[in-house]
Amino acid sequence: MQLDVRFFALYRDRAGCSRFSLQLPEGSTVADLASEVRRLFPRLAPPEVKIVVAVNAEYADHELTLQEGDEVCLIPPVSGG
Amino acid sequence: MIEITAKPLDPDQTTAKVRQDTNGAVVTFLGTTRLFSEGKRVVKLEYEAYEEMALKKLEEIRQEMMAEFGIDNIAISHRVGPVDIGQISLVVAAASPHRREAFFACHKTVDRVKEIVPIWKKEVFEDGSRWVACENHEFASDEAATIHADHN
Repeated sequence: MQLDVRFFALYRDRAGCSRFSLQLPEGSTVADLASEVRRLFPRLAPPEVKIVVAVNAEYADHELTLQEGDEVCLIPPVSGG
Repeated sequence: MIEITAKPLDPDQTTAKVRQDTNGAVVTFLGTTRLFSEGKRVVKLEYEAYEEMALKKLEEIRQEMMAEFGIDNIAISHRVGPVDIGQISLVVAAASPHRREAFFACHKTVDRVKEIVPIWKKEVFEDGSRWVACENHEFASDEAATIHADHN
């Protein structure tokens, strides 16, 4: 399946792009996506850091199964205010 | 009641949204951009939002806080884009019939905004910049990062 993946803030700077299209097997979970993104962008985050992911504008568990067309965003630690 | 904008924030405008004749107390919090960060002089800040989700989270917080404190009026405005030092980046206004609920609701709303809303700030110094709160994302060393990359 095809997924639209967006990066913000620190992740965008480190990835060098704000979005890209990712191909994953059907039935892939958020955890699968996170490890694929780490493989493609090894300098995104150190291995001990868990990458927070939002799916369709909601924080998602790493066990969540992704669907074709989901909008996926990688969320570095937030610092609004 | 919820606003994310690249324009300068007007606290009076946000406060006006919660004013009602049934309220006897209005508490407005202003978050302002600070000159020093851990002793380093900051030139300006740059805010960025995942706007679609940030608006949703702000409204969620507003609803939760109004329910928790039993009040009808909370408004939140957040600035994005470049913000000079000493400017307002966040306005939270809470109003209630009596002061106690307005104080507590305002305080907790600000805390929740900082905890869960996907908005980020970058501090720009004369000699570089950094994304705030991302300290845990520092690599131990360039060498370690390279080894990690190779193993993937």
